[in-house]
Amino acid sequence: MAVDTLAADGAAVGNPNRANYLNTGSGVLSWLFTLDHKRIGVMYLVAITTSFFLGGVFALLVRTELLTSGPTIMTADTYNRMFTLHGAVMIFLFIIPGIPAAIGNFVLPLMLGAKDVALPRLNLTSFWFWMIGATFALVSIIVGAVDTGWTFYTPYSTTTGTAVITMALGVFILGFSSIFTGLNFIVTIHKMRPEGMTWFKMPLFLWGLYSTAIIQVLATPILGITLLLLVAERALGVGIFDPTLGGDPVLFQHFFWFYSHPAVYIMILPAMGIISELVSVFSGKHIFGYKFIAWSSIAIALLSFLVWGHHMFTSGQSGITNMIFSALTFSVAIPSAVKVFNWLATMYKGSIRLATPMLYVLSFLFLFAIGGLTGLFLGALSVDIHLHDTYFVVAHFHYVMFGGTVIAFLGGLHYWWPKMFGRMYSEKWGQVSALLIFVGFNLTFFTQFVMGSHGMPRRYYNYVEEFTTLNQASTIGSYVLALGFFIMAGYLVHSLFRGKPAPSNPWGSATLEWETLSPPVAHNFDHDFLAGDPYDIDSLEYDPATQGWVRKDPQSIILPEGGTG
Amino acid sequence: MTATGLLKLLTAVTGSLPDDDGSSFWMPPQVSTVAQGVDWLFNFILAISVFFFLLIVVAMVIFVIKYRHKEGQTAEESPTHNMALELTWTVIPLILVIAIFIFGFKGYLDMSTPPSNAYEVLVEGQKWNWSFTYPNGYIDSDLHVPVDRPVRLVMSSQDVIHSLYIPAFRVKMDVVPGRYAKAWFEATKPGEYDLFCAEYCGTSHSDMIAHVVVHPVGEFETWLEKASNFLETMAPVDAGRKLFQVRGCQQCHSTDGSAKTGPSMLGVFGRTQNLADGSTITVDENYIRESVLEPQARVVAGFEPVMPTYQGRLKDPEIMAIIEYFKSLDSSSSEE
Amino acid sequence: MTAQHHDGGHDPNLAHHFESMDQQRQSTKLGMWLFLATEILFFGGLFVFYTVYRGNHPEIFVFGAHFLDTALGALNTVVLIFSSFTIAWAVRAAQLKQIKLLKWLIIATMLCAFTFMGVKYVEYSAKWKHGLLWAGSYNPHLDHEETHDVVAVEGEVHTAEADVEIVEIDEVQHVAEGEFVEPIVTEVAIEPVAEVADSDRSTIAPAAEGPGGLATPEAVVAEDVMPVEPANARIFFSIYFMMTGLHGIHVLAGIAIMFWLLHCLRRGDFDTGHFTKIDMLALYWHVVDIIWIYLFLLLYLID
Repeated sequence: MAVDTLAADGAAVGNPNRANYLNTGSGVLSWLFTLDHKRIGVMYLVAITTSFFLGGVFALLVRTELLTSGPTIMTADTYNRMFTLHGAVMIFLFIIPGIPAAIGNFVLPLMLGAKDVALPRLNLTSFWFWMIGATFALVSIIVGAVDTGWTFYTPYSTTTGTAVITMALGVFILGFSSIFTGLNFIVTIHKMRPEGMTWFKMPLFLWGLYSTAIIQVLATPILGITLLLLVAERALGVGIFDPTLGGDPVLFQHFFWFYSHPAVYIMILPAMGIISELVSVFSGKHIFGYKFIAWSSIAIALLSFLVWGHHMFTSGQSGITNMIFSALTFSVAIPSAVKVFNWLATMYKGSIRLATPMLYVLSFLFLFAIGGLTGLFLGALSVDIHLHDTYFVVAHFHYVMFGGTVIAFLGGLHYWWPKMFGRMYSEKWGQVSALLIFVGFNLTFFTQFVMGSHGMPRRYYNYVEEFTTLNQASTIGSYVLALGFFIMAGYLVHSLFRGKPAPSNPWGSATLEWETLSPPVAHNFDHDFLAGDPYDIDSLEYDPATQGWVRKDPQSIILPEGGTG
Repeated sequence: MTATGLLKLLTAVTGSLPDDDGSSFWMPPQVSTVAQGVDWLFNFILAISVFFFLLIVVAMVIFVIKYRHKEGQTAEESPTHNMALELTWTVIPLILVIAIFIFGFKGYLDMSTPPSNAYEVLVEGQKWNWSFTYPNGYIDSDLHVPVDRPVRLVMSSQDVIHSLYIPAFRVKMDVVPGRYAKAWFEATKPGEYDLFCAEYCGTSHSDMIAHVVVHPVGEFETWLEKASNFLETMAPVDAGRKLFQVRGCQQCHSTDGSAKTGPSMLGVFGRTQNLADGSTITVDENYIRESVLEPQARVVAGFEPVMPTYQGRLKDPEIMAIIEYFKSLDSSSSEE
Repeated sequence: MTAQHHDGGHDPNLAHHFESMDQQRQSTKLGMWLFLATEILFFGGLFVFYTVYRGNHPEIFVFGAHFLDTALGALNTVVLIFSSFTIAWAVRAAQLKQIKLLKWLIIATMLCAFTFMGVKYVEYSAKWKHGLLWAGSYNPHLDHEETHDVVAVEGEVHTAEADVEIVEIDEVQHVAEGEFVEPIVTEVAIEPVAEVADSDRSTIAPAAEGPGGLATPEAVVAEDVMPVEPANARIFFSIYFMMTGLHGIHVLAGIAIMFWLLHCLRRGDFDTGHFTKIDMLALYWHVVDIIWIYLFLLLYLID
């Protein structure tokens, strides 16, 4: 069995030239045409982190413009493009593919003890669609960009002179990337679980990915048709959203948010899945409330389809409609709260190690709590009338998307980094970066709650004098954030070349991806598994020789030859 | 400590205690009948949020310290689930959010049901200014209202979706082309307040600001009377200037020589202008009138044909006054 | 590489990451059903759009449906249903390794699909000729070759389509060639002249060819009065073209896949009885068929 023999043979574990998925087959084409889920995952990782930095540059430009209440470094038209591109790039190129594509693709088959996802060619197609969609988006940016806001509300988006069609087509294509990834994950989880891994013996990250995949498959087609209708409206004047031709501009909002609300749960559910894994491992304890956490993911996925109208409380829809959407919106808060309490209970009486991934768990709990709780303000009808379309909303969604999803993504990245690349990174710099990001984030976005409740509307190029100090504080925070990410890029890249070779199981997790070498061989595993409890931390013990964790009884999870296959 | 006392402490700590005008750390002044209710619910949710936030973060910090990993030790045995706990932390939040929902809904019903004796003002939003039409037909770029009287706004857009937002009144409603949107409020304190556009609408979205002037008792009618007769009471040049300012012209045309969306009106009268089709024209009364009523007919070179028409929106005496105003803007005088 | 679990006698069609052909087949099938769910949702958006508009403006649908040739629509429906039959049979043939039969069944399905597209072309070009396009390009007009001496007198009028007797007119319009006239005439009560009825003609009002898009006085029963063109009738045509257009694109995609399947067949992929590809395409084709049936019901068969 690969893990044991090579670990006992000390030298082999730390050999960076050992054959693994990274060096098996070289040349750009072997990557671009790969069917290996690990390589696809890594390519996605590079793609989305590049997008994150691009979106981040747009954000810094926006914040810099907002240093003064009047024009600062750009014209209004440029500013409107900056915030639109920040949103569009971050959402469609980074955060929607985000965790499922970059981490899920790599980890999912490994967690199942499988050799690949169910449909590897579809997986590659998914990645190519991302590349093509991203190309369209880049072309759009180059030929004049878009100034509609990432939400493309009509009639502005159907009448403005910017490159809306190109961007809309890019997002349409990216939608297929998302659908195919979700489709692939559903099939993989249904059909390729190992012996012994019933649904309730699956790691919770997979519940997260599964419930996300349901949304990806069911909601994204609606985005597709919405974008097609938008393009048709612009190119042909079909009249659906144009009031002068008999159309209804608010209908666009219904179509748009019917996808885009579930989409935000595409963003957060995998993140919550990561937190479940990390909080258990770094508390050295079995996860608390497994079934409740698992079912809450499904509940969130299903409920997410029922609340889109809470983005439209002031759009003129009827009081009854508003009431129904408000009530349903509150229902979605409950499963999220349940998760948070179960994670805290997992920490109770644990043995907590503050490695970098765990710092991100703590950040997540702090920031997601704020993000989630501020959603309550927005779900309440009378208060939302005041807060809608203000910076309060901007702060809320950054707390959940950034303070939630991105923080969890960073935690997951630092957690699975050794498995993906076979290297450990500098703990010290990891801590510095995590702290800078935490402080910078709060400085950037907490001030925005106050701006918003005082009445500063969003997407504002100029603002009223009274908001100057808060805006300047927010901008400084964004520079601190940028510094934190800059440092992170530095030590992570450095670790690829100079990092200590990683053992198979550096953190002490009982899930199956740690049963192979770091980084894995191309075909993942040499045998089939008889899966046990993925949170049975007690089945592991620390081995100082390899500075990693090993199973006390390695044979217990191996499927005997000739066992029911 | 009683529950109310605790709530008071929390609101004080979180800076929600209002000043005299109702403003607090979080909120602008309370100037309408619904503002207090909205702020009360905001504070209620804030108190709940602060409570749970502290619960979560304090627990987290305590656990990290108390259960810190010690060399050679592992976590002690503890249960991996507890139904009673799950039910508790499901049911209690559920009750709280139901309460929040009910309060929010009730407040909303008040905010969306105008009283029957409301004073009606028609509102038109366009890129990028507001215009308010009073019952006597007078149009102004600011919203003047009497204090302590319900006011109902009937709103429509000329082009894209805008949103009328008055933070001090806690009122907001999207203004959609092709339909009429309605909002209402009753102002409770005289003064001047900001009115913003809260739905992104293009280049000058953030400059689409109007003012709400709340008149003390008895003064509103006087103002309206005076303002409505401006064509009679003001000299044509002054009337023209007023029209230029309140009818949306100055959003796009400066009077100091700088080109904005449209050409500057400084020295426009008598100027020889190059047109987009290559010809030239000397600006006279006829050209100005044509530009107001049929702005796409002869566009000045170097500018986009985006000016909306004022056909049906400006009467002839008003156009005359504007022309007189332009005549006064010769190069020797620069005004903004 | 140490021993993997395989079925003994490793099927060449088994992908390396699957344990068994059964797992592979089940995975492929589940994947296809999920994909078809996304297709239903994709069209679903358009059906929602249809529902909203029909709920708010039923008159534009009643009006617009007069311009759709129900006979051609029915023909297309029958053609697609038949093609679903041929492709389903093709799956069976593949299972039974009846390669020659399989080939002809795929070809038959393709011919049906081409027929469908051909009929669509006929319908679309008729609309194009008369400017009955989506809202932004809606411009109903006469065709060059047609002249209509319209409703100038009471009494018998002979038009290209029928001889009818005008019993009452509201107003007189002279319509020149190619000229589009706003319909001032609100109702034209007409009675067909006795000998007009052509036994080969459908008694359903055919697609209009006349000024302003209103049906000319054709062989219709006396009580049948053409409605005036409602405001925003153009939206009907937007909906029509978007829904049938998107559907047509899916038919074309199906044709392309069928070409590929013929290529696979020639390559010998189906010789072993491995029929998954045909099975998946058949599923896709059935969905395309079902969607068309709904389109026919919702667009053509309005009062």
